[in-house]
Amino acid sequence: MILTDDKKKYLEEKAKEVRRSIIEMLVEAKSGHTAGALGMADIFSALYFGILKHDPKKPEWAERDRLVLSNGHICPVLYATLAEAGYLEKKELMTLRKYGSRLQGHPHREFLPLVETSSGPLGEGLSQAVGMALADRIDNGKNSQKYFYCLMSDGELQEGSTWEAVMLAGKEKPHNLIAIIDRNNIQIDGHTEDVMPLEPLADKWRAFGWHVLEIDGHNFEEIYASIGQAKSVFNRPTVIIAHTTPGKGIIEFEGKYEWHGKAPSREEGEHALKELRTLGGRLKQD
Amino acid sequence: MINLNPKLYNVNVEQESLREGFGRGLLKAGEKNKDVVALCADLKESTKVEDFAREFSDRFIEVGVAEQNLVSVASGMSAMGKIPFAASYAIFSPGRNWEHIRTTICYNNANVKIIGSHAGLNVGPDGGSHQMLEDIALTRVLPNMIVVAPCDALETEKATRAIAEHVGPVYLRLARDKSPIVTTEETEFEIGKANILVEPEEAEAVIIACGLMVYRVLMAARKLEREGIKVSVVNNHTIKPLDEETILNVVDKAGAVVTCEEHQIAGGLGSVVAELLAKVNPVPMEFVGVSDRFGQSGSGAELMEHYGLGVDDIVEAVKKVIKRKNGN
Repeated sequence: MILTDDKKKYLEEKAKEVRRSIIEMLVEAKSGHTAGALGMADIFSALYFGILKHDPKKPEWAERDRLVLSNGHICPVLYATLAEAGYLEKKELMTLRKYGSRLQGHPHREFLPLVETSSGPLGEGLSQAVGMALADRIDNGKNSQKYFYCLMSDGELQEGSTWEAVMLAGKEKPHNLIAIIDRNNIQIDGHTEDVMPLEPLADKWRAFGWHVLEIDGHNFEEIYASIGQAKSVFNRPTVIIAHTTPGKGIIEFEGKYEWHGKAPSREEGEHALKELRTLGGRLKQD
Repeated sequence: MINLNPKLYNVNVEQESLREGFGRGLLKAGEKNKDVVALCADLKESTKVEDFAREFSDRFIEVGVAEQNLVSVASGMSAMGKIPFAASYAIFSPGRNWEHIRTTICYNNANVKIIGSHAGLNVGPDGGSHQMLEDIALTRVLPNMIVVAPCDALETEKATRAIAEHVGPVYLRLARDKSPIVTTEETEFEIGKANILVEPEEAEAVIIACGLMVYRVLMAARKLEREGIKVSVVNNHTIKPLDEETILNVVDKAGAVVTCEEHQIAGGLGSVVAELLAKVNPVPMEFVGVSDRFGQSGSGAELMEHYGLGVDDIVEAVKKVIKRKNGN
């Protein structure tokens, strides 16, 4: 798993395309979660276009890595990435949140079996990912060739049930379980450290027996290196605390908790798309 | 005719708790299918998962006192093809963790079996905090969920094996106390198929019951018979899906219904039956169950009397419903 300069450029292009889709689908849906979806575009791109073992032609391939999205509200980034990877037609993204769509406001397997779990209510994904890893261990023991990724928000670490799962994984030590926390410091009511402080976050996970890594969630080298290190740890699960900027890629949205749960208007969306094309205004024209 | 235990009316009728029957059923299900796994939340002995845990230690997960995690881990295991049995006390599961069951099990249509032991007043001395009287209501409202409340240890063993074969979410309601064996080894058990235990010619009413109340109902039916009042008795072990055909048939013949359950009247078996009859055949109906109250400490027998679930309460309810049917 080596990140060459070419591969990095490729991932940057993919992340840009994913962000473009996110803006377009949210504008069309007129509701949804903007900040978290944009903030996780780099990590989703690194996973689906470099790290994950998966095959868009065989979505039910038994040996695929499993990706559990615990904070289901950022599903626009999941749907956009799945479309970019070829699991969905891109035009289907425009049905997000609409009646009859497979792209429910929060992921639902009954509508879209491509997603590993239905999600939305917070604090449940890690439990499911732990269950998957433990089930796989019954069948394959240490010979398992699969990895189980759980993508979580920082806000949902305030759910008590999350820590029940953290504790069980600390006890059972599934080495192929990798949790990735979107540490963007915002939640609906404001900044996490104002609403309900999470720090010292790394110490908390360490105390529960996890291998803890902290990275810049927009830096592909760091994303790659952290996953590589997580895979080399054989006696514990790993959590990657990925520091991200909510709304990343669109200056007006960046770092603002107000964008947690709303969609851009058509005007705001057009402005945002232009900003993506011109790299934040650094190019003089499209 | 379904065979009733020949010793049913003897004072020395065999007694065994439903959870013992579950423990045996789980072990057999585990022997038959290697995908059966069990999870427990620090109640391995009292939920009777321990024999399975000893026999199949690599297929048993102890999650500690964490019922939300219990069911969501089970959901994850089912996503990998396992058939998880997640056991705890009913007050905690589905009590504590209802939304986790809704989202990770029912919304996912995950093949998880939720085992709620120690349901009902028969928990006794532990008191009202532990006497789960709302679990049928909580689980029957969930899409995809099957709800089963067996009447004795034999039936529980059969039910446990049957729900292992059924693909999809199931809630199985168990009781703590020893209780009389009502059925026989030969009595058939099929999910969603109510068992008519007694059906005399010209029955004046039908009593529909589940769980430990089935035995009490049979005692009440005998008492009524001695007074010259004939009643049918249905063991409705599957609350959902309801065996509408059997119930409508027997109700049509008798023209009056009493439901009996060790559960709040609101939202339980009585409500399920009433919802059916209200739209198809609204005959007079009485409800024996707990009336919007919490339990308290005492012996199971004392509490059943106190909360109006005694044999005489059933007898009175039957007389009342027949009176209403006859318009006086």
